[in-house]
Amino acid sequence: MPSRRKRSRTIQVNYLTRAEGEAALHISMRDGEVVDLRLEIFEPPRFFESFLRGRDSREAPDLTARICGICPVAYQMSTVHALERICGITIDPAVRALRRLYYCGEWIESHTLHIHMLAAPDFLGCDSIITMAEKHREAVERGLRIKKAGNAIVAALGGRSVHPVGACIGGFTRAPGREQLSALRDQLLRIRGDAVECVRWVASFDLPAANRDIEFVSLRHPDEYPMNEGRVVSSKGVDVDVDGVDDFFEEHQVPYSNALHCKVKGRGPYFLGPLARVNLNFDRLGAEITSIARETGISWPSSNPYTSIVARALEVLYSVDEAIRIIDSYRPPDRPAAPFEARAGVGRAVTEAPRGSLYHEFETDERGLIRSARIVPPTAQNQARIEADLRDLAPGLAQHPQALATRMCEMAIRNYDPCISCSTHFLKLNIEEL
Amino acid sequence: MKPRVAVFKFASCDGCQLQFLNAEDELLRLAGQVDLVYFPEARSRSLPGPYDIAFVEGSITTPDDARRIIRVREESRYLVTIGACATAGGIQALRNWADVEQYRRVVYPSPEFISTLSTSTPISEHVRVDFEVWGCPIDKGQLLAVTRSLLSGAKPVLPAYSVCMECKRRGNVCVVVARGEPCLGPVTRTGCGALCPALNRGCYGCFGPANDENMESFVKLLAQQGVTGDDAVRRLRGINGYVRLWRETADAIAAQKK
Ligand code: SF4
Ligand code: SF4
Repeated sequence: MPSRRKRSRTIQVNYLTRAEGEAALHISMRDGEVVDLRLEIFEPPRFFESFLRGRDSREAPDLTARICGICPVAYQMSTVHALERICGITIDPAVRALRRLYYCGEWIESHTLHIHMLAAPDFLGCDSIITMAEKHREAVERGLRIKKAGNAIVAALGGRSVHPVGACIGGFTRAPGREQLSALRDQLLRIRGDAVECVRWVASFDLPAANRDIEFVSLRHPDEYPMNEGRVVSSKGVDVDVDGVDDFFEEHQVPYSNALHCKVKGRGPYFLGPLARVNLNFDRLGAEITSIARETGISWPSSNPYTSIVARALEVLYSVDEAIRIIDSYRPPDRPAAPFEARAGVGRAVTEAPRGSLYHEFETDERGLIRSARIVPPTAQNQARIEADLRDLAPGLAQHPQALATRMCEMAIRNYDPCISCSTHFLKLNIEEL
Repeated sequence: MKPRVAVFKFASCDGCQLQFLNAEDELLRLAGQVDLVYFPEARSRSLPGPYDIAFVEGSITTPDDARRIIRVREESRYLVTIGACATAGGIQALRNWADVEQYRRVVYPSPEFISTLSTSTPISEHVRVDFEVWGCPIDKGQLLAVTRSLLSGAKPVLPAYSVCMECKRRGNVCVVVARGEPCLGPVTRTGCGALCPALNRGCYGCFGPANDENMESFVKLLAQQGVTGDDAVRRLRGINGYVRLWRETADAIAAQKK
């Protein structure tokens, strides 16, 4: 054994606040090299995949919504799409448009929450939106207005913004009338300028520089910015139908976390979420938004995870415009939901949750009861990628005072808008020098 | 001094505490009236207790959390549970009828890494609770009303009559009569504004039991609609399925079948 002077240091910094769930980060270093890095997720498991067994598939969208209060629409959408594949339902184009509108609402609400309440305080040196409001009142009020409009869209279709009740297999339990949506349209028109301002505001933050070799993954649709449908593609050449994803991706468990880790087979971690979607679907954003995106000075596709916040703001703007377009051409469907008969089978779906691709797989019996369920949330898929980013950051951390070191780690994690509920809230940072 | 307010999370989806942040019009004013000393989801600086009001979201599902809630109680003058998870055990309480070992195995290839209790239980099974706000999620209006009462030193009061009554007040068409849909409205407490019936569907009980519920006649009503056996059990064993009266009713139906 080489008799080296052993220096062991543990910096215990605070919790990962302003994220949803519980996590701690442990880093061990030797001679400036990372020997071990673990992002531990403590979120107590709630066993959705287990208790879904034996439930009626018609209950499923109400149950899976409860995985996450911030993105219930995403869970409902992946659930109904997967189950509809089993029943072989065809969806009315008007219903399809309403689902897209529903998703626009959730993207606006969830992204705006993240930008203003969780991420911006980091960049502006505040501990919360409330203290931020003292110095940046206008930006905060703008954010609250945008968020409110997103919530209003979800509530127009589902009755309320958290765990809305209107989505079902086949469509919606009730389709809104044109007049109801036209009030929403007015509200969206009023905040459209706010959404443009918001892009410029986040682009003006002092975003750390980084240039990483990242595999981005998202859906890609033949002619739309992806939400409910498309093929799963990556920046390194994956291009596969949802039924084939197991050939390209794998899940494995790590001892220190309640979330499962995901990798691209034979390669490594991958990156999901707004930055992945913008990078892979830039051409689907439309001329005006791509030009606003270019004016930020960021070169797209961007290999800097810190530009995620700008991608998020671009998607808010896109969703506002898309929602207005959908409302303008809306004609209520003949039936709000397509009828269906229960069938035995296996159905899979990926839809784009605010935090990235959300995979569902169900097997049902001939009565429509669920035999098995597999749900792979975006935060679980991003976890290996988050660790890779932290590993890049780690060697530089020791030179900083602990408050700054923690803040740097938190910002790196927050790029992914981790919703650790879907699989975490405390970041305890331990840096150990061996 | 402003009242010191804390928001704690246990096993949950974050949807109930999100209702604070969803109060876009009231948030900044409310924040001015209190000192939000502990709210990790919204503020990075957390201060130690004691707290005047502790809002608790989520149910108890791990040995650590069972210890943590006792500390929260000791440090808080008023402890208010927010939502079905904290008040009734939540949807994750479905494990209370299952073999958790098997549950672990379904989700995790190496279940030995996961530390969890075999039950999900409401906060009131662990410590004294001063006030319970029902709903999955809680209603923002109710949350603000409760907060206002507490801040003015008054005991909060929320209505506990049924969704059924709410439908009648609002003039909703009854989904049982008009559509033949099974509906938990007769036994579920108001608070949501009878949302589901207004959207042409039956209530699935996300606000928990009403105070005037009559389970016997409700089970008969379900049976008249052809909802019996496993189907009836599933409807009662939902988001608030672990609440005593609903639990006992469902267990009785399940026992009959055997
Ligand atoms: S009661 Fe419902 S909305 Fe509230 S935390 Fe639990 S699952 Fe989420
Ligand atoms: S009607 Fe019932 S299930 Fe629907 S929101 Fe109200 S309490 Fe919840």
